[in-house]
Amino acid sequence: MALELPENVVVSRLDELASWCRKNSLWPMPFATACCGIELMATGASKHDLARFGAEVFRFSPRQCDLMIVAGRVVMKMLPVLQRIWLQMHEPKWCISMGACASTGGIFDTYAVVQGIDRFMPVDMYVPGCPPRPEQLIQAIIDLQDKIQAEGTITGREFDTAQRQLRKRALVESADLLCVDAARNPLIQQQLSFKPPLTASRIVLPSARG
Amino acid sequence: MPHSPYSPPPLDDILEPLAAHFGTMETSVYRGDTRLVVPEQESLEVLEFLKDRGFDLLVDVTCVDYLEYRGAKHRYGLVYLLASTTTNQRLTVRVYVDDPAPSIRSAVPLWEAANWLEREVWDLFGIHFAGHPDLRRLVMPEEFVAHPLRKDYPLQGRGERHNFPILTRHDG
Repeated sequence: MALELPENVVVSRLDELASWCRKNSLWPMPFATACCGIELMATGASKHDLARFGAEVFRFSPRQCDLMIVAGRVVMKMLPVLQRIWLQMHEPKWCISMGACASTGGIFDTYAVVQGIDRFMPVDMYVPGCPPRPEQLIQAIIDLQDKIQAEGTITGREFDTAQRQLRKRALVESADLLCVDAARNPLIQQQLSFKPPLTASRIVLPSARG
Repeated sequence: MPHSPYSPPPLDDILEPLAAHFGTMETSVYRGDTRLVVPEQESLEVLEFLKDRGFDLLVDVTCVDYLEYRGAKHRYGLVYLLASTTTNQRLTVRVYVDDPAPSIRSAVPLWEAANWLEREVWDLFGIHFAGHPDLRRLVMPEEFVAHPLRKDYPLQGRGERHNFPILTRHDG
């Protein structure tokens, strides 16, 4: 028996409604460190307008944002700052790694540049390019919107799924110095005389992981 | 080299009193740029002499590591780039220092700009500047222990760049 619904009544799941609201109002937190920041500004400017996708304001306060766009190379002096800003953002939050340097370190395979921020924080979208064109970044935001719509829940349960907690990079935990997770390997920790900066140790993680 | 309004004037009026005061020092000219090699013991006196003669701008303090250079007699070559804002003359002063505990007197009493420039050289090369008021790292994190621009430090580092805690979604 079909119900006759008036025009202004929509039946949906609460999860889908919440996801629809969240995806269409992603406020970016621009973490622009280098050249990709210029392209980020260009994407927010009038020619390629990011505001038409809901990213109305680029709030520079992490307390008021839900999308962190890491644009540019992240050096190891900056990484604790990045982690602290990520922890200060409220749930639900997503992260876009914009450009080659934020995704993999780019051409800067040096002693100071972190080879990919996904080694140290969760990333949802990667945008390749050096720098990526504004259209590429817009496509990444559109894809992220699709991801939020497809997987979003009103309570944020999708962030608790165990398989999403697996680190995205396949890191071999062995005595091999070439591809190893330094923070977890006791052999490397003994050899390293450099400990992470104080701000990193002041980051209080809610769960006791590693 | 012909002197035009856009090229620095020649340095004869500086080099001749300098040689009279300190003895002959090795000088060379390359494409209009004059370079002066000064022994480390006299470095601060020569810089003071040059500053009194009108070189009021310290453009840069940097260093070259000659560890793998054929024919090198010393390991570190400090470079002081001086300029005069009144006469538009430019001069490069080279001071060579050697490996076990490379050290030189700081130029901060002469030029305040030397403060951060020498901090950068200390940070990246490990050359100690005696008499510097605040000699600590400038570009690397303060807990860093190595001097990365030395030739015996690997380009990718020794693992310091990845020695950080990992945040997962759960830690949000």
